[in-house]
Amino acid sequence: MLFYLVKRLGLSALVIALVVLVLFSLLHLIPGDPATIALGPRATPEAIARYAAKMHLDEPVWRQFLIYVGNAVTGDLGVDVFSDRNVTAVVGDRIGFTLALICASMGWAVLLGLPLGCLAAVRPNSWLDRVTGVLSVGTIAVPSFLVSIWALLIFAVELRWLPAIGAGEPGDTMDQLSHLVLPAFAVGLSWVGYLARMVRASMLEVMAEPYIRSARAFGLRPRKIVYGYALRVAILPTITLIGMGFGGLISAAVFAEIIFARPGIGKLIYDAVMARNFPVVQGAVLVATAMYIGIVLMSDLLIAWFDPRVRESL
Amino acid sequence: MIPVSVNPSEPPSDKDVGEPTLDSSGLPEHASAEEMRESASRERREKLKMFLTNWQGVIGLVLVIMFFASAIFAPVFATHDPNALDIPARLSYPTLDHFAGTDQLGRDTYSRILYGGRVALKVAAIGVSISLVVGLILGMIAGYGPRWLDNFLLLMFDTVRAFPTIVLALATVALTGPSLAIVLTIVIVTSIPQYARVARTATMTLRNTDFIMAERSLGASTGRILMHHIMPNVVGPLLILAAMDVPVVVTVEAGLSFIGLGVLPPTASWGTILNEGYLVIRDTPWMVVAGGIPLILTTLGFTFLGEALRDVFDPRMGKGR
Repeated sequence: MLFYLVKRLGLSALVIALVVLVLFSLLHLIPGDPATIALGPRATPEAIARYAAKMHLDEPVWRQFLIYVGNAVTGDLGVDVFSDRNVTAVVGDRIGFTLALICASMGWAVLLGLPLGCLAAVRPNSWLDRVTGVLSVGTIAVPSFLVSIWALLIFAVELRWLPAIGAGEPGDTMDQLSHLVLPAFAVGLSWVGYLARMVRASMLEVMAEPYIRSARAFGLRPRKIVYGYALRVAILPTITLIGMGFGGLISAAVFAEIIFARPGIGKLIYDAVMARNFPVVQGAVLVATAMYIGIVLMSDLLIAWFDPRVRESL
Repeated sequence: MIPVSVNPSEPPSDKDVGEPTLDSSGLPEHASAEEMRESASRERREKLKMFLTNWQGVIGLVLVIMFFASAIFAPVFATHDPNALDIPARLSYPTLDHFAGTDQLGRDTYSRILYGGRVALKVAAIGVSISLVVGLILGMIAGYGPRWLDNFLLLMFDTVRAFPTIVLALATVALTGPSLAIVLTIVIVTSIPQYARVARTATMTLRNTDFIMAERSLGASTGRILMHHIMPNVVGPLLILAAMDVPVVVTVEAGLSFIGLGVLPPTASWGTILNEGYLVIRDTPWMVVAGGIPLILTTLGFTFLGEALRDVFDPRMGKGR
């Protein structure tokens, strides 16, 4: 386990390092002076010189890279071009909204998708199984940003049941929760289908195993067999899926934040792109990516913890 | 019979020796050419029957044909010029003249959807075919080449995969500005790893099979083995993957265009129609409804088709997914 842990950690660190390199070179790969690009064509020469000095643009590229990495490691992601605030603080202000959205989306998707998949697998070809099957394909096929738009149209504009934009008044928990409902619904919907399908498929496989047959022969209660024995094994591929799908979840969250004007990290990146606020783009993208790599790593480690075969295969 | 030895320059990796060899036909070893041909055509007929009795597959096929036809023959089906303005008739409800209503400038939404399908088709066709070819080549190199190259390529794939697609797109567009070419580039870069991974796994299973070893001991060059023997066996699953990838690609294009980072107005694309509809969502629901339906039908069609093809041709792939 220790060897596996070290290996996976090292690999993740390497990938993060490469991501930093890619983000750093993005600014330098495109033709033109980074300061002019960052400040736009209308910037005064003084502003450009000031920016160049502040961002160490007068130094050789490799030193700039080292400075950037050194700062990033110590948690300094540069300075917001417009507000002059530290990017780390700016990202820190927003990330809570995104995490809340992602957790809420995944939460309701797991709470609904997991039991649906189990029930469908326990009674294959029953009406519940068929409905679940159609529902999962349906929800997987609809792009999440379209679910966001349509949910906004139906529940906020036409029915006026829920607020359309923003994240609610700070400190007012009920208001914040009501602002969370629609985005979380839109982001989580396709996951209900995914999870139900995945759990159903692996449950069917596990239920055919000899040890489940033995458990039946011993006369254990079906509920105990399904939830006590089969689900514990069948859940493993699902954990991998959740980890791998996390990137998709972030993408969906970015769209939901833009559509519902929710001040999360996705909206932050989007606004920064529109305003050509490069330090914020760089910093926020790095944080979002690192978050994703961290989640994938965690799901891999969880799997290895549950399943000795995985850690021995590497 | 002379025992066939492995090429000494190619150290046999003991990891793969135990793998079952690919033998899907289930034919007796000494079947004559005649028998083989007959059984192959019988198998083909059976698979066609299997496909046609799969209702999802048939619906998928119909939807996919509709997608291609409406995009290619957009000028025939369109009732209006997609860019013709008609300000007095702006934001109209669906009528006999405007099947899907009009937008904020009085343009006919139905005709714009048809022309928007052309953008989707273009991105899907170019994006999927380039990433399939590049992924196939990289995957075969990773699966057949030396270990260090394999590790290096895997690391590259992992790095690309580390970016959530939309975040990578935002970062790139921030520097280059929005355009169709950028959308295509992002689609291609983010799709290559999944094709490459499938091609790599299939190549690794094949590389130690008897027929490849025999070919190698006869002195066939690596290029010949890859092009003539490995590629035909690897490309099948990749084509199924391509069918499943089209919805992803179409969605990325529509999504980026929706947030103004893809195709730019006034060009009609499903994303720009949704964007313009989103801006007037409080005045009329029809644009976001009409703009979303073709997107759903297309993703549904390709998903159904891909799954049906997978069930027919590669039942093993469906397991554990």
